[in-house]
Amino acid sequence: MNRERKRAVLRLEGGAEFKGWMLGYDGPCDGEAVFSTAMVGYPESLTDPSYSGQILCVSYPIVGNYGVPEEGVDEYGISKNFESDRIWARGLVISEYSFDYSHWNAVKSLDQWLREQRVPAIYGVDTRALTQELRQNGSQLAMIVPEGVEKSFPVPDPNKENQIAIVSCKEVIHYGHGEKKVVLVDCGVKHNILRCFVDRGVELIRVPWDYDFNTLEWDGLFISNGPGNPQYCDVTVRHLQEAMKGNKPIFGICMGNQLLARAAGASTFKLKYGHRSHNQPARIVGSNVCVITSQNHGFAVDPLGLGPDWEEWFVNMNDGTNEGIRHKSKPFCSVQFHPEASSGPTDTQFLFDEFISKL
Amino acid sequence: MKDTSIKKVLVLGSGALKIGQAGEFDYSGSQALKALREEGVESVLINPNIATVQTSEGVADKIYFLPVTPEYVEQVIAKERPQGVLLSFGGQTALNCGVEMYKRGMFEKYGVRVLGTPVQAIIDTEDRDLFVQKLDEIGIKTIKSHPADNIEQAKAAAEELGFPLIVRAAYALGGLGSGFVDDMAQLEETCAKAFSFSPQVLIEKSLKGWKEIEYEVVRDRFDNCITVCNMENFDPLGIHTGESIVVAPSQTLSNKDYYFLRELAIKIIRHIGIVGECNVQYAYDPDSMEYRVIEVNARLSRSSALASKATGYPLAFVAAKLGLGYGLFDIKNSVTKTTPAFFEPALDYIVCKIPRWDLGKFHGVSRKIGSSMKSVGEVMSIGRNFEEAIQKGLRMIGQGAHGFLGNKSLGISDIEHALKEPTDKRIFVIAEAMQAGLSIDRIHDLTKIDKWFLSKLENLVSTWSDLEAYSEIESVPEELLVRSKRQGFSDHQIQKAVYKDSIPSSEAQAKVRQFRKSLGITPVVKQIDTLAAEFPAMTNYLYLTYNGCKNDVEYKNDRSSVIVLGSGAYRIGSSVEFDWCSVTCLKEIQKQGFRGVMINYNPETVSTDYDMCDRLYFDELSFERVMDIIELESPHGVVVSVGGQIPNNLALKLHKEGVPILGTAATDIDKAEDRYKFSSIVEKLGIDQPEWKELTTMDDVDAFIDKVGFPVLVRPSYVLSGAAMNVCYNKEMLVKFLSLAAEVSREHPVVISKFMTRCKEIEFDAVADGGEVLAYAISEHIEYAGVHSGDATIQFPPQKLYVETVRRIKKIARSIAGALNITGPFNIQFLAKENEIKVIECNLRASRSFPFVSKVLKINLIELATKAMLGLHPAAPQKSAFDLDYVGVKSSQFSFARLEEADPMLGVDMSSTGEVACIGDDLNEALMKSIISIGNEVPRKGILLSTGDALEKADTLRACKLLAASGYKLYATGGTFRYLKENGVESEKVLWPGDEAKHPELKSAVQIIRDREVDMVINIPKNFTNNELDNGYIIRRTAIDSNVPLFTNARLATAWIRAFTSSEKPSVKSWDEY
Repeated sequence: MNRERKRAVLRLEGGAEFKGWMLGYDGPCDGEAVFSTAMVGYPESLTDPSYSGQILCVSYPIVGNYGVPEEGVDEYGISKNFESDRIWARGLVISEYSFDYSHWNAVKSLDQWLREQRVPAIYGVDTRALTQELRQNGSQLAMIVPEGVEKSFPVPDPNKENQIAIVSCKEVIHYGHGEKKVVLVDCGVKHNILRCFVDRGVELIRVPWDYDFNTLEWDGLFISNGPGNPQYCDVTVRHLQEAMKGNKPIFGICMGNQLLARAAGASTFKLKYGHRSHNQPARIVGSNVCVITSQNHGFAVDPLGLGPDWEEWFVNMNDGTNEGIRHKSKPFCSVQFHPEASSGPTDTQFLFDEFISKL
Repeated sequence: MKDTSIKKVLVLGSGALKIGQAGEFDYSGSQALKALREEGVESVLINPNIATVQTSEGVADKIYFLPVTPEYVEQVIAKERPQGVLLSFGGQTALNCGVEMYKRGMFEKYGVRVLGTPVQAIIDTEDRDLFVQKLDEIGIKTIKSHPADNIEQAKAAAEELGFPLIVRAAYALGGLGSGFVDDMAQLEETCAKAFSFSPQVLIEKSLKGWKEIEYEVVRDRFDNCITVCNMENFDPLGIHTGESIVVAPSQTLSNKDYYFLRELAIKIIRHIGIVGECNVQYAYDPDSMEYRVIEVNARLSRSSALASKATGYPLAFVAAKLGLGYGLFDIKNSVTKTTPAFFEPALDYIVCKIPRWDLGKFHGVSRKIGSSMKSVGEVMSIGRNFEEAIQKGLRMIGQGAHGFLGNKSLGISDIEHALKEPTDKRIFVIAEAMQAGLSIDRIHDLTKIDKWFLSKLENLVSTWSDLEAYSEIESVPEELLVRSKRQGFSDHQIQKAVYKDSIPSSEAQAKVRQFRKSLGITPVVKQIDTLAAEFPAMTNYLYLTYNGCKNDVEYKNDRSSVIVLGSGAYRIGSSVEFDWCSVTCLKEIQKQGFRGVMINYNPETVSTDYDMCDRLYFDELSFERVMDIIELESPHGVVVSVGGQIPNNLALKLHKEGVPILGTAATDIDKAEDRYKFSSIVEKLGIDQPEWKELTTMDDVDAFIDKVGFPVLVRPSYVLSGAAMNVCYNKEMLVKFLSLAAEVSREHPVVISKFMTRCKEIEFDAVADGGEVLAYAISEHIEYAGVHSGDATIQFPPQKLYVETVRRIKKIARSIAGALNITGPFNIQFLAKENEIKVIECNLRASRSFPFVSKVLKINLIELATKAMLGLHPAAPQKSAFDLDYVGVKSSQFSFARLEEADPMLGVDMSSTGEVACIGDDLNEALMKSIISIGNEVPRKGILLSTGDALEKADTLRACKLLAASGYKLYATGGTFRYLKENGVESEKVLWPGDEAKHPELKSAVQIIRDREVDMVINIPKNFTNNELDNGYIIRRTAIDSNVPLFTNARLATAWIRAFTSSEKPSVKSWDEY
């Protein structure tokens, strides 16, 4: 049985080309090519809104093994198995595709799911060579082009659009019940973050990224993860600065870290190739406490500009970049990594408990 | 962060290689010693395994070739006064010894601190009861065991739990004495065996068919934890993980599964309080997220060695540093050299571990695989998909397979039954089942192997049949050829599918190679870098794959690489000794200014550590792959003489391709390998050899035997079942043995030689340069010829040889070295009777005994050989074995206890799995230490004797008198009892098995073994006829199953008795004190 499909090519703006075969939706796509070294978690990654605008290149060579679980939401309206209600990545690049999947929880193949969601993928690519290219020459614009289709650069740069506005909710949504209320600023929130709050008995008020949450009643404020460049969120930063005049607890994850840092006076910058993996080591500054974290970000905080009331909380042990900040006296803090995991290691879920205990 | 009060540390080694505890502990111990050295901590190593890399100069500061037992270790502690001890780098042997010493207060007495994991944590994981309790405390599910101290309690537990059950012996190595039971009768049988190894057995519910998943976890004293790797067994629960094909990382776990089990593993390691490394094994329900923790190993293990090689994360090295007080954040990742060791490796490839069995080497053993371990070695293959990895791996195990497909038919009549009752051939049964048209669903039902694995295997079957549609390689479409190579098909397999044996395979293989190269279908080289290319790697840990488009390495074509071909999977007859030779050779190559390049695929070795050489190709030692690498490297030369038989066999083929072979010319190697060529050279030189003939008809066989007489040594060229070589004492045996061989014909001739009895066997290990012998070591077997040289006990320097014999052996060896123009290592085996000397074998490569004689003589023969092969013409060392005022004795380790029903008799085919060697001031002392090192104890009570034929009875008489004089109670079977009585030695007569009913007044031999009335059994068959062997089998097997030391050779038994009855206390001296 010959399962080889239509030929396709992955083209990078820098000139590199990788040949392979089409999978999923039969059509071209473009976006920023980024690599992730995570070995599991393709359903979670593809539905993570932080991949909006991006073509996900998976370093781990065998993908599709355990199929795709069912869609659908739980009693709170939170997706049961995914990180949002759709695939956000614009394309997927893999080496070996497992045509036959095997898992009790699977209802369809990755191929079928990608087709349903109209997302193209290419397989048969030397994803190690691709990762090395992106490491050496940086994340870059790329396109997946099926045989017989004409497509060429230039293509729009997703980092020059406000990706957060695309993925954020358009209206206020309430989740769960509890004594404490947390406003969640949705910059592209992953559903497992919602789950982490709701499971801990917190009432969540999810608001759009540019919503003025200072008009609401809350016990704590949370700023979510999200895609792209934090510079497009000055309105959110202004709202944050307003909230920071008070003393109520604030917590942020990923994009939330970058926005809180900007609100605290620091700047952000684009990393050459970002952190996208399940194995990023971070250390609490001034301690011997180290944690393995799940990460997915292309921009980082430059902590030099932080105001005198702030300090670095976590640092990345691989490259020394910022992994979190905290206020020296007020209950404001954030982390660059993903304590909610999904996908990835669950070591830092205690951060949710810490935040909630402060409410 | 380091604890500076620790200046000197004692490391316990694992002793001889045996089933369940093999070369991986040379690797872990070597890493620990390297970590100590890097920290400036003085190291003291106790390990009687002389063939290891860790017992080489410059690895530990002090080395003691002594038994790893509390008594000996205590003496070393008293002498060396270390501040700390490392227990977790020497397998179960070191751990058990350490726990025992801790319980006896020996560490406390000398103020020695156990570094790393506290002993209490070890005890908590080793004792099943405590273990279950401990995990209950944090709500982690275990397989609940019902401990039983006797058979009644075991039955009660069985009634409560219901069958199927698993029975385990507490405190036993890798499942020793354990097994699955389906009914009461099986329960009784298995329990009886388990109770002989352990005072307690554990009855558990069986979870056959669940997935088996392992995590390797590391924790530092600051409570920081990582999991370095997870692994998934291809074979579901029910087959010991050591018997299972294993992949890393897991393939059928979703993100949720993966991180759920990871979180549990970290919770467990924290609660138990490990400081260092441990592994957690799970049973995982294929239909839900139900799990059970199977066990936790609070030490470096076979799995951790595999995980280290699979990820590039040096677990043992890091664990040793953590033991010295460091945090994971203090240590650097040794691949990137910039990022910290606190991280979890990301793989961008898949590895596949496949066990290697040698069950054909044993008489009477069952080929079924199950819950206890029988495999003797393993391989690890690396690919970028499962198909590529498994096909590579199946070739690597070196038992004639060309991959998953294209192998000799197994001739199975009932495939479904064969799928249900797995044997060592299981994977090939699956291949035949698929080719016979069985569906994946049906195979899954019968094997419970996850359908993901089965569907990948079926991809191979479909590619194979696509290939079969063509009859010449030039017509195979490029896409199909690419697909075949990406799925790991070798050129040989492809030619077989395409040409279907219509032309000679070597010719067809060359066509395939040439054609695909013309299409540019060649493999690429990738690095293993721990971070999936996220950071640049500073090391060259490499593999080849067809699933890629770019090499990670730039080749300079400067002809300054020297490639060393390694030894492959450990197996009976080729083991850690060749790893020592390979590593020593690499070091010397580097010292001489060349780039040292290693090719090997055995995850249990030191040679596959990426910092042992400049480039490590963790890949196949097949002709195809070695040529791929040679074409990339354009080396100065290739060394084929330090890795045992696998590289030796490649010599001529490589030479024909114009590859520069270093040392002895390939054509001369062939002259020694080819029986006819060698024989005619020997004849020309006027050297005697046992008469032999290659025969093609039974009439010729009879005629030859009429001439030379029985016994004869018979080597059939093709064997259906049974051993490949045997000694036949009479016509009946000969006929029976030859009927096991498929046939005797022109295509399948049989080689018969005169078998010499009561001869001494002598080893000549040497190095020559341009045909001149530079250095040599002559050693002498304690047993008479007839015991394979790999099973024999060897003394060096020789203790009982005539000066004339030695002189003549040297002369013969010199003339052979000259005739074959040897440059490099070689070994010749001789037989000597009086002063009559015959040559029996010559190998133009390093032999098994090279590390032993090098270390005892303190002349490194491999360094010398390497210099000679590099053309440096080293000077001959000015030292001879006759200057030594001490003796080394090498003893063989057998693993019969693990091989149910195997007859523990030694013969011409090798059956030992490992060896030790100890040094003493005289033969008695060295032998005493050596024999204790392989797990024997000096008997304290009684000894059971059946001492063989008349000659052997006479040989052992003096020893029996010594025993009687030393106050041992002697028991003897009929003939021996009479003989002893006639010669004035008191003994009690006991009955042979089967005679019990006839003489109820006498004790039965079997019963006194089971009741431990004797703590040593000497059972020497009168001859090797089947009748005689059957007679003693039950006694021998009972001794093994009851864990009572057994001696089956008169010469060895006598030497051992002399050693332990001599009153002198063995001295405790380090290697450098001799």
